[in-house]
Amino acid sequence: MPVRVQAEDFDLTREVAQLRAAQGARAAQIGGIATFIGTVRDVNDGSGVSSLTLEHYPGMTERALEDIVAQARSRWDIFDALVIHRVGTLHPQDQIVLVVILGMHRGEAFGACEFLMDYLKTQAPFWKKEATPQGERWVEARSSDDEAAARWDADAPGNAGKGDQ
Amino acid sequence: MAIKILYFAGLREALGTSNESLDLPAGVATVGELRAYLAARGGKWAEQLAPARNVRMAVVQLMVPAHAPVKDGDEVAFFPPVTGG
Repeated sequence: MPVRVQAEDFDLTREVAQLRAAQGARAAQIGGIATFIGTVRDVNDGSGVSSLTLEHYPGMTERALEDIVAQARSRWDIFDALVIHRVGTLHPQDQIVLVVILGMHRGEAFGACEFLMDYLKTQAPFWKKEATPQGERWVEARSSDDEAAARWDADAPGNAGKGDQ
Repeated sequence: MAIKILYFAGLREALGTSNESLDLPAGVATVGELRAYLAARGGKWAEQLAPARNVRMAVVQLMVPAHAPVKDGDEVAFFPPVTGG
């Protein structure tokens, strides 16, 4: 299963081991594994954050994540990818999101991992609500996230032939 | 047959509803036209769905631009820009 949305925490070591084991004989060809873990910060936009509640759109979330993984697989020559995103109420230092990429070389693994996170942040239907000393507030989308995702557009400068690296 | 409309996050709270069923109104063929139809209810609807507001739309669980078609039986969703990750 390349995509999971869950309330429970995840364990990096176990997830990587399972993903590698699932490759069977091909696992011996893996030369680089890139992982990213997003965690909850205790400060955002100048206010203390005591907790974070993640809402999502069940059904569409999984479809959007699967589509993003499929795009990453078509653009980079990777063996497999895993995305886990948590929902519900989380606290500072909790893990929110995990991306694992199995590649033959580090270039593909790093590239696909960054692409997945950039697209996830602008395309997957999750919304964060923060609890602060001033009360609860919905997190505002950042234009820097849109810019980060836009750099992967096929016509972006320097992006030609990215999938061939 | 009707369409199902879902609202999420800050938009759900501001409108005070998470979903509704609606017979596809006459003259509504795109998700942008549906948004304008809902905004014409006035009050919080007009305010939250005003053209200047940054509202994202999905039809059958796929994010789409305003000109995307809506047809009978579709699941349509309105929500703020996403903030996961």
